[in-house]
Amino acid sequence: MRKNSLKFRIIDIFYIVMMIFPLVFGIVVNVLTEPQTEGITITGARIFFTIPMPIQDFPITESQLNSALVMVTLFFLCLFLTHGLKEHIELKRQHLAEMIVEKVDALVAENMGEHFKGYSAFIIAILALSGFSSLMSLLGLFPPTSDLNIVGGWAILVFILITYYKMKCGFLNYLKGFTQPVALLAPINFISEFATPISMAFRHYGNVLSGSVISVLLGTALAGLSSMVLGALPGFLADIPLFQMGIPAVLSIYFDVFSGCLQAFIFAMLTMLNVSGGFDIETYEKRKAKKLAKKIKN
Amino acid sequence: MELAIGIILGCCALGAGLAMIAGIGPGIGEGNAVAKACEAIGRQPESKGAVTTTMLMGCAVAETTGLYALVIAILLIFVAPNLLVNLLVRTIQAL
Repeated sequence: MRKNSLKFRIIDIFYIVMMIFPLVFGIVVNVLTEPQTEGITITGARIFFTIPMPIQDFPITESQLNSALVMVTLFFLCLFLTHGLKEHIELKRQHLAEMIVEKVDALVAENMGEHFKGYSAFIIAILALSGFSSLMSLLGLFPPTSDLNIVGGWAILVFILITYYKMKCGFLNYLKGFTQPVALLAPINFISEFATPISMAFRHYGNVLSGSVISVLLGTALAGLSSMVLGALPGFLADIPLFQMGIPAVLSIYFDVFSGCLQAFIFAMLTMLNVSGGFDIETYEKRKAKKLAKKIKN
Repeated sequence: MELAIGIILGCCALGAGLAMIAGIGPGIGEGNAVAKACEAIGRQPESKGAVTTTMLMGCAVAETTGLYALVIAILLIFVAPNLLVNLLVRTIQAL
């Protein structure tokens, strides 16, 4: 195996430092701005400052900062994984990068079909952003996915994609789709059109938020329990957090790791199914052939 | 004034509790889904991967109604009392 040159190593170290730096920065900001409170505190994202705007003030919140930090981390992770790509694999990280790309390509091909081959980049972006955002809570930071605004933005993006692919078979065809199977059902079809992004956003945000609410409630309950059992003991013995050791970690594995990754997967899966489900490939091909025939005639 | 604020807080808490009755539905539904998935894996152990993935997808979709109720309950507990009390105070001052 070839020995890496000095320049290669320096760039490597720079990427790793830039991967870790946003997380450290997030923790520092969190520690500096965290208000001192006692008891149960379940609050939304903290507002750092607001930018005055003509119609409404634009607040910069914790969730915006944290999602930007996740993006920087992911950007440098991608650069790190693809650094030094060779036809003959020399580095271990290339195996990992190739594995990720192949898995996502296979997933997209299985769920969306041939026509949507180029979508694997979009899907892995959503998957990684959502997954890493949920995992932010492992570092004690505010997970951006437990803010409806962030997840709602992604859902609106998916809604635009769905509508675009539905309109690809012609605007009249799109309007006609509302009157299927009976013209009487048009209002209900119209509502169900908007229910898709709303349900996607609420599902993701509700799952992450409920996890953090339950964690806070359980932490408070365990603290009360251990002070009830050991409170009668003298001195420092009364302050031993007997029940807070270990038990929250087990729940954290479910609520933070498993639930976060599962919700990311489900969001990506629903994106794939909805986008490819809204596109009628047969009608599209027919229209394309018709247009081509017209062109040739002229 | 105090009585009105008390009624507001109490009704918000009651409403949140009532909203979470909706948790019954997803519970039954997900239980059914997992039971059927177990049966399917028992019948065809080789299809375990596909069945598990599909079951998790279905569970997540079935959970949605419960999560709507949860969102309503959280809004009722953490957001609504503040808003309503502010509204009450402003109305009384306007009078």
